[in-house]
Amino acid sequence: MSHLELKNVSKSFGRVDVLHDIDLEVMDREFVVFVGPSGCGKSTLLRIIAGLEKVTSGEVVLDGKVVNNVAAADRGLAMVFQSYALYPHMSVRQNLSFGLENTSTPRAEIDARVGEIARMLRIEELLHRTPRQLSGGQRQRVAIGRAMVRRPGIFLLDEPLSNLDAELRVTMRAELAALHKRLEATMIYVTHDQTEAMTLADRIVVLRDGRVEQIGTPLDLYNRPANRFVAGFIGAPHMNFLEGRFVVGEGNSAEVELDGGHRLTLPISVRPAGEPVMVGIRPHHIGLDAVGAGIPAAVTLVEALGPETIVHAEAAGHRIIAALAGQRRIAVGETISLFFDPQHLHAFDSEGRRLPEGA
Amino acid sequence: MSIGSFLTRRRGGASWHFTDVLAWIWLVSGLILMFGPVIWLGLSSFKTRAALSEFPPTLLPYETRMVEVEGHDEPLPLYRVTTEDGEERLMVQVRRIGTMAQMADPEHPEETVRVPLQAREPVRELQLATENYTEPFERLNFLRFFYNSVFVTVVATIITLIVNSMAAFALSKYEFKGRAAVLAVILATLMVPLSVIIIPLFSVINGLNLFNSLWGVVLPTVATPTGVFLLRQYMLTIPDELLEAARMDNASEWKIYWRIVLPLAMPAIAVLAIFSVMWRWNDFLWPLIVLSDRELYTIQVGLNSFQGELNVQWQYVLAMTVVSMLPVVVIFAFLQRFITTGIASTGIK
Repeated sequence: MSHLELKNVSKSFGRVDVLHDIDLEVMDREFVVFVGPSGCGKSTLLRIIAGLEKVTSGEVVLDGKVVNNVAAADRGLAMVFQSYALYPHMSVRQNLSFGLENTSTPRAEIDARVGEIARMLRIEELLHRTPRQLSGGQRQRVAIGRAMVRRPGIFLLDEPLSNLDAELRVTMRAELAALHKRLEATMIYVTHDQTEAMTLADRIVVLRDGRVEQIGTPLDLYNRPANRFVAGFIGAPHMNFLEGRFVVGEGNSAEVELDGGHRLTLPISVRPAGEPVMVGIRPHHIGLDAVGAGIPAAVTLVEALGPETIVHAEAAGHRIIAALAGQRRIAVGETISLFFDPQHLHAFDSEGRRLPEGA
Repeated sequence: MSIGSFLTRRRGGASWHFTDVLAWIWLVSGLILMFGPVIWLGLSSFKTRAALSEFPPTLLPYETRMVEVEGHDEPLPLYRVTTEDGEERLMVQVRRIGTMAQMADPEHPEETVRVPLQAREPVRELQLATENYTEPFERLNFLRFFYNSVFVTVVATIITLIVNSMAAFALSKYEFKGRAAVLAVILATLMVPLSVIIIPLFSVINGLNLFNSLWGVVLPTVATPTGVFLLRQYMLTIPDELLEAARMDNASEWKIYWRIVLPLAMPAIAVLAIFSVMWRWNDFLWPLIVLSDRELYTIQVGLNSFQGELNVQWQYVLAMTVVSMLPVVVIFAFLQRFITTGIASTGIK
């Protein structure tokens, strides 16, 4: 049973405030990912949970107990560091057993647990090596093993995949997800990579400048981003934004005139005419208008990926990225007509907040 | 590459470039400058007292050959004598009077002839005066001095390493108020020479009843600003994440120091160990002040005691200087491999 709650957690380093009133609840066996651009405070938040940093104000509650003044060692958590932080002068076996030795676990039990973890992570034949004799992926496994061997209530992972090459990252990502299922453990994972967040998380916490922007399941965040920042951060390639103003439309629908003069109908309730609005559309929700009635755009770059074609184009002064399914014959310089799927249009007000959907 | 081809390598290809010549001059003169005195010391330590005062001095320890002759209790020196008729004979000197010497044939010692000093040449052979080494140990209690020095050096070095590394650990890895000030004060003591604090230091030692005791030699020297600074600078390079990982691994602060920081700071510890051994082993002034019993003398003070008011027993001084150098050389040879190994720089990605 491991249940974590953060209540109004704030943190300042001197005069610099890095976290503002963070409220968060992490359930047992949940996989929560903190995501955000660098400097958003996600690592600091993780270190506060770990007990490596003290909160300036607020409470960290672990299984119903306030642990603000409980030392890192006594919180029963385990952490995987970005640099792995394996003890360079110890063998893999010593690295794995160090934590258990410190809690005076009997030798036989230590050996049994280390053996079990080594089997599970397939690092048995590496046990006698020192960290410097390991490859990046192997170090990664040892670092995770070192956390696992102590059977912690919560695993804290600080950008564990960021030092791996792209291919290995994908493999390790899948392994981590499998491990989470197998261990039935609570995991809190920090990353700046939204793909990792989307693929791993039960719930994602998007942070920016020390504030929580949105908390939700990956698809929640993808389908209904709470603000422009989350909309732009989640999803790749990122969402396109076009400026416009509401106009008086027909009947009960909200209509927008984009800067280029083109009109769109948004799936939201009617807004007063003249109000500025930011319309967002994901690249995958853009298609080509067969009859040429869509938004005209001049193609500036074509990326043929095989299963899809990414088209960069310019329309009414905006750069637009469209991800078109399949392989298309489109040349740079050509003018194409873009069709925005009206069901997948997002609207944000001048402060960047999502406008409520219509009934 | 063989040694020969290595030594004859030249920058200018086949011909000698002027930098080759300069390099050779520089290196050879450096070699002579560094090793000349040591070799000279080593060779001279095997000379007898008489050979040491000889002028011009010889490089190798030569000695006049002595011959046992009937009718004389002591062996007599052998000379090559050129007689008046130009013949060369080997004779022993029975006695020397002024510029003349009474010489005799070793076979017939009863017949002596008078020979002027310049007409004879001593017969010399290479001979090592090993008694220079054995006598100080047998008669002059040098083993005791040696033991005292080893005790002072080993104990002081161990305490130095522990105390200094703990101070360095705190100063490099803990954030606390006044950390910079503490470091500044420690470094400032570098500017105060021993001779300035020698009298107050003596009063302290005297007040603690450590006068005339080896601990009185050891304790004032164990905390060195150089050591603290050296170790601190090295420990700054140990990543904080390792300490945090250990903290997450339930390690106490003492464990972090003992199991993580100390092993990773080994290269710096080895350097400090070498320094400390050299400092303590070669220390002269402070032991001379603290120790008054001959029983407690360290080697350096003991060497000084060979220096009487009227004469200096150079043969012992030289031989025991060689002995006193050996441990430092051994320690250096053993620990130098640690100096170049930076363990902490690997392991973290």
